[in-house]
Amino acid sequence: MKEKTQVNDINRSMYDFRYEEKDAYTVDQGLTPEIVEQISKEKKDPQWMHDFRLKSLDIYNQLSVPDWGPSIDGLDMRNIVTYVRPNTTMKGKWNEVPDDIKNTFERLGIPQAERESLAGVGAQYDSELVYHNIKKEVSDQGVVYEGIEDALRGPYSEMIREHFMKLVPPRDHKFAALHGAVWSGGSFVYVPPGVSVEIPLQSYFRLNAPGSGQFEHTLIIVDEGAYLHFIEGCSAPKYNVANLHAGCVELYVGKNASLRYSTIENWSKNMYNLNTKRARVEEGGKVEWISGSFGSHVSYLYPMSVLAGKGARSEFTGVTFAGKGQNLDTGCKIIHAAPETSSYVNTRSISKDGGISTFRSAVVINKNAVGSKSSVSCESLMVDDISRSDTIPAMDIRTAKADVGHEAKIGRISDETLFYLMSRGLSEEESRALIVSGFADNVSKELPLEYAVEMNNLIRMEMKGTMA
Amino acid sequence: MSQNILEVKNLKVNVEETEILHGVNLSVGANETHVIMGPNGAGKSTLGYAVMGSPRYEITDGKVIFDGKDITGVSTDKIAKAGMFLSFQIPVEVPGITLANFIKSALEQKTGQRVRYFDFKDKLENAMNILHMDPSYATRDLNVGFSGGEKKKTEILQLLMLEPRLAILDETDSGLDVDAARTVSEGIEAYKKNVGGALLIITHSTRILEALKVDVTHILADGCIVDEGDGSLVDYINQNGFEKYLTAGCR
Repeated sequence: MKEKTQVNDINRSMYDFRYEEKDAYTVDQGLTPEIVEQISKEKKDPQWMHDFRLKSLDIYNQLSVPDWGPSIDGLDMRNIVTYVRPNTTMKGKWNEVPDDIKNTFERLGIPQAERESLAGVGAQYDSELVYHNIKKEVSDQGVVYEGIEDALRGPYSEMIREHFMKLVPPRDHKFAALHGAVWSGGSFVYVPPGVSVEIPLQSYFRLNAPGSGQFEHTLIIVDEGAYLHFIEGCSAPKYNVANLHAGCVELYVGKNASLRYSTIENWSKNMYNLNTKRARVEEGGKVEWISGSFGSHVSYLYPMSVLAGKGARSEFTGVTFAGKGQNLDTGCKIIHAAPETSSYVNTRSISKDGGISTFRSAVVINKNAVGSKSSVSCESLMVDDISRSDTIPAMDIRTAKADVGHEAKIGRISDETLFYLMSRGLSEEESRALIVSGFADNVSKELPLEYAVEMNNLIRMEMKGTMA
Repeated sequence: MSQNILEVKNLKVNVEETEILHGVNLSVGANETHVIMGPNGAGKSTLGYAVMGSPRYEITDGKVIFDGKDITGVSTDKIAKAGMFLSFQIPVEVPGITLANFIKSALEQKTGQRVRYFDFKDKLENAMNILHMDPSYATRDLNVGFSGGEKKKTEILQLLMLEPRLAILDETDSGLDVDAARTVSEGIEAYKKNVGGALLIITHSTRILEALKVDVTHILADGCIVDEGDGSLVDYINQNGFEKYLTAGCR
């Protein structure tokens, strides 16, 4: 894979830029329509998208910051606003990237070429070659897999318009509105009826600087009877001084279709991860979420499935790891809006070193969702006595003809297991790391091997990190 | 110069503030096969766990000397690396690592070097054959969903692969049917034959002893050793039980 050359002379101007803006800042504190206009122009948006962005900005200004859940006081909106401007000169410098990020790259064996991109300092990471090869393979089946910005200007523009932010409307919450105004980059996938995509599509190959993925929009439409497995993210930490991730994922699963959406998120520990992910499943369809959440300082993450057609199904398998200084509020929401729908949630959370992990689930069963079933299970592992784990289940059941269950378990690392592993010569540290990564096997066994291995390495590294 | 691989001297052990072992003395020679028998609740498993350094079993007095070195209070992993092995009565299930990878990791810990895959694979296959284990178990998560018998076989598989200098077998044949007990017995024999290490077999049934030559039998009752003899003591117990020891004092 080639690596594009870095453009070094931009670094200096970052400082100049700051001085310039210092005065302007007092006047121009927030996100203005002008900035959004610039973004839209830069991206050559079709008119409808241009209007959409401005409308979203409006809504953003009307809504207030959520006051439940972890505090997001540390969110620096100035940086973020600066960052989203087109041709932003706000590119970081490698030597300013925190040491722990660099150490993680080292320990995970991330190739140098990728490190800079992941750290938001690099120029393009050129994985174009791999990306194009995959594209070609699936396009023969009629599958569309493109950058969403490009797709907006092509033959699928109307399809995108019909679906874009309909599952997650800007009015939903402040950061959905923000996303609607400044979104940038992401994948668009369309799978035609009856097509089964044998190889998983991976968005990793589309890593583009600067600071890719922070306001990314993923839109996936799987048409009737089709099948797709889509994988996003990676275990390597992603860092940026602009510390907000307000992405959006919208998944449309057609009649009798099936979509498996796997993701590993590992945002650096200065980040606020306020991602919104939703799926809508039609009759006989199925959505499977496989989710590994690591990293980020604060996370609000509640993938939601709307089971809109008879017999639709949602399965959610997740693991969350909250370490020192992290407050991860994650969970899952399912709306049963049709008869005989079913949902299954299996999450595990690990908290360590004072980390806080909160699992919020909401199962809503509408009056017409007769014959529906839901089973939610949340298991927590507390590695020490100073960490915290909470489960907050909510169930709103409006018909007597439904079967709903919730199970929660909290435990510690078993002394007996620890002793067993140590009795084979594994050190205490090794043994703990093994037990914890084994605990995350509900997710790792659903991931392709290389992701599972990466995830296990990440966990073991996290476990050993502070014990040195 | 002592030839003993293990010397337990006046060992007193507490479990949760209660003294279970009241001063146990025993010695095991480098290639010998010893048996510890006794009524339920005597403290037999406690002895095994304490010698292996389990933090739950508090050594309040006495010493444990392994291969000439005092290991009293040393952490379990170091004791294991020094060449001691404990086969668990109820082996633990460990999701997230396969049986093969686990054994490979343990070997690497022991030798301090990377294990060469092909050598390892052959050796593992042989060992699994001896134990009539289906090869598919190698890629299953360690003990997860294994039947009681298969779990016991896994312990003996590890015994064969790790080649310890001293193996403590805790109630290895409990819960095994006739065939499984015989297979496990064959595994233990193979260990004796190929490695020649010492065995300390904790049991209150004697099925697996049938094919082994027992050097010393210790009777543990009420937290101390109340009698010692050779292999014939096993037969005595089989015929008469532990009756005569229930009120005997410590040696």
